[in-house]
Parts: sequence; C-alpha cells; structure tokens
Amino acid sequence: MDSFLLQIFSGLANGSIYAALGLALVMIYQSTHHINFAQGEMATFATFIAWTLIEHGVPYWLSFFMTVGIAFVGGLLIQRIFIKPVERAPVLNNVIVFVGLLVIFNAMSGWIFGQTVKAFNSPFPTASLVLPQYISGHQLGSLGVTLGVLLVVFLFFKYTPIGLAMRAAAQNPDSASLVGIPVSWMLALGWGLASTIGAVAGIMMAPVVFLDPNMMGGILLYGFAAALLGGIDNPWGAVVGGFIVGVLENILGAYVIGTELKLSVALVLIVGTLTLMPNGLFGRKVVTRV
Amino acid sequence: MKLLEVNALQAWYGTTQALFGLNFSLERGGITTILGANGAGKTTTLRAICQTVKTSGDIVLLGQSTSRYPTDKIVRMGVAHVPDGRGTFTALTVQENLRLGAYTRRDKEMVAQDIERIYTRFPRLKERFNQQAGTLSGGEQQMLAIGRALMLRPTLLLLDEPSFGLAPLIVQEIFEIMKNINEVDQVSMLLVEQNASLALNLADYAYLLETGKVVLSGAASDIRSDESIRRTYLGY
Repeated sequence: MDSFLLQIFSGLANGSIYAALGLALVMIYQSTHHINFAQGEMATFATFIAWTLIEHGVPYWLSFFMTVGIAFVGGLLIQRIFIKPVERAPVLNNVIVFVGLLVIFNAMSGWIFGQTVKAFNSPFPTASLVLPQYISGHQLGSLGVTLGVLLVVFLFFKYTPIGLAMRAAAQNPDSASLVGIPVSWMLALGWGLASTIGAVAGIMMAPVVFLDPNMMGGILLYGFAAALLGGIDNPWGAVVGGFIVGVLENILGAYVIGTELKLSVALVLIVGTLTLMPNGLFGRKVVTRV
Repeated sequence: MKLLEVNALQAWYGTTQALFGLNFSLERGGITTILGANGAGKTTTLRAICQTVKTSGDIVLLGQSTSRYPTDKIVRMGVAHVPDGRGTFTALTVQENLRLGAYTRRDKEMVAQDIERIYTRFPRLKERFNQQAGTLSGGEQQMLAIGRALMLRPTLLLLDEPSFGLAPLIVQEIFEIMKNINEVDQVSMLLVEQNASLALNLADYAYLLETGKVVLSGAASDIRSDESIRRTYLGY
C-alpha cells in the first residue's frame, strides 16, 4: 500500500509538469490551431538560462524570476518575428516553422551551453515537510510551484480585462478586432505566457531528469498526451489530463510494463485518444453550420 | 461637417476587386441604408469603413481621413460594427461579450452602468447573463451583437443584415429597438439589408448598390414610393 501511494504522489508531481506543458500547448493551439513542436526546446533553452544564472552566483529564486521574464519576452518576440508572417499561410508552412524552431532551439542549447549533461540543484529541502514517507521535498515543491502558476494563469484569464481580450482574440479574431482589440498583440502575449509556463515546467523538471539539450524531448510527449487527453481546445482539460498521464505513467511503469516502457504510455494514450475519442475527455465537438 | 464621407472607394479580397469607386456620405443622427443584391458589395462597404479589407480611396470620418488607420483606432473613434453572422464570442458568457464591447473604454463605473442599461433594453440577455453566448437563440445573439456594439457608446453604428435568419416577429422587435436607439441615444446608423422594404421603412436615406457601385440614391420615402425602382432593383 505504501509503495502504491508513493507511486501516486510522484505521479502527481510529474503530472503537474505535464499539466503545465499541456496548458502551454493548448494556449498556442487555441490562437494558431497548430501544435507548437518547439515548446519543449524553448523550455529547455530557458532552463539553460536559469542554470547559467545560478552558476554565476545569482540566487535561485532571483534566477527563476529573471528566467521567467526572459522567457516571456522571448516567446513574444518569436511570435512577432517567426509566427506572424505565416499567420494566414497554409498548414504545412506553419508546421515547417514550428519544426524549424525546434531544431534551432535544440542546436542553440547545445552550441551555447554544451552537450554534456548538467546537474541542476533543487531549491527545496531533500525531505518533505509533510508526508515525508510518500513524497520528496522537490516533488512537493515543484507540485506547489506549478499549481501556483496554473492558479495565477487561471485568475488572469478569468478576471482581468486583458485576459478576457486574449481569450476573445484567440477565439474570434475578426470580431475581436471589431471591438478594438489589437488582435495580433494579444496573440503575441499568448506566446509570451505559454513560453513562460513552459520555462517553469523546464526548471522544475531539470533536477529530476538532469539538464541537457534534449531534456524536454520525452517530457513534451507527455505534454502532448496531456493536452490531447484533456481535449486540445480546453486548457483545464489539459491540466487534468496532465495529472492523469503522470499518475497512469507511474503506476503502469511500476506494476505493469516496467520503467523502460514508460514513455510508450504517452504514445499509447496519444494514439488511443486520437482514434477512440478525438475530442478528448473535455474537448468541445466542433460543430459548423452548413 | 458630415459624419462620414466616402470618395472613390475601392476594395479588394486578395486580387478580387469588390468595390469599384463608391461615393456616399452620412449625416449625423440619421439612419442610412445600403441596398442591393447578393454580391453587390454591401458587406464589403462596411468592412472597408472598418479597414478589415484592403481599400483605396478616401474615407473621411468626423473630419479625419481614416483610410490608413488600423481597425482598433477606428473603433476608438466610435465606430461600432455588428458584422454579418453577428460575431458572437460563442465560448464566452453573455456578460463577457458585453464587457468586450467596451474594451476600448476606460471609464469602468460607466461601463458597469451601461451593461445594466443594455439589460433593461434586452431583458432576455439579463436572464442569460452567465450563459455561454453560443447557446443563445439567433434572435438573442442578434440582440447581444447590438448590445455589444452599444457598449462602445458609438457615434456610428454599422449593422450588417440584422434580420438575417430570424423569424419575422423577432425581426420586427429588433427593428423597433434600433429605431429607439437612434431616437433616444442619438446614434447614427448605416444599415445593410437584403430585406429592402424593412430597411426603407426604418431609414431616412438610401443608397442602391450594383456590382460595387452606387447606381441610385435618395430619400428612403421617395425610393419606397417609386414603383419602377422597386420593381427593377428591389424586387417587390
């Protein structure tokens, strides 16, 4: 029983990171109707920035918030420079741009920071303050940080005028511009925010899997699974999906298929969701009037 | 000063030209209607005023040349557009739709008051204020679209076929409300309609469009009473 609970808790801790990544994917999907394949590499690059700051003696949390700021501006610039020109272009052009960004960020991480695997220290104590037999300090800490981020994002979208304008711009850009919303800038803000959330996920993941240019490759796959399982057009579905994927992956890995095959859980979930219920658990069916 | 003056207006969708040198003007406080068959360029004319299509020519709004302005700047000058298809933000609530209408305004308290005023005018919207706007009926969505436009406190209201797809009784109700808005709130209107008799009853001036050009204009009452115009162009 104890080890079962242990698996659940560590699944939730990982799940919170998948949830954050899934949310970032959904946010960009809602405004561009494409999956941002570069989300993971952008997060890795941001994590490298945090690592560099910490290596240069900047305190952890200061590095954390500086990185979050840099990631926000970076995401915004990526939208302005690379995505805006293909806004109205065919699907393939967009996919190529996303894949291009993936390769560029992956290569830049290796080129600037090196290919060697780096240890990334956790800011949290080794032993958890609550339920130390089931959850480690870092797991609890990262769970807290990601849940905090998700809460802030939720409140932002629900209660601020600019959050409302961003939702309107993503959903119905034509109508949004007719009420005076500068739509293109709202989409850029969305990219900034998604990039920020991804960066937090990366920084929280690095102490667990170690930092190297390909760190987020596998993690992004779980993020995809989370977003698809929850319904690709539903942000809160992605969050729930993230937790489900995290727990499922851990339990199946521990008791059924073994840890080596864990990643295939994500693939099975992706293929299964797409074939059996393409709208996911909480996605809306898209109905168009003829 | 005229509210709006349009000279030699041309508009394109990609390389397809939709307007071929349109000239017209709007008086302050009036209701003007643009009539014409499908594809005559009615919707495009409204879009051109808001700069959501590519245009050339002169558009002078309240004495300023707006033909190079971005859409949000034109909205800030007080042009509210009820687009074809109503432009509902379907996944947002009724109240959020109304709040978006006031996006460019900074007077928060007045905005809250205006939302209440919209609810008094459209009690059915009040009943559904927390409901997803996509679940409203067609008539209710049209009311919401007009309400959202009014939230701007517009000087000029552009209406694109408000009668489209609605039952006759609802259409009548909506046209009554539009008349009331024009009289009470002094909002000038430019109305695009397929239903010519309906539009001519409401409007005081009319322009008739054919393939992107004005072919005829005059007081709505004159056009209404001229049988040959009615037969030739309006088909009733």
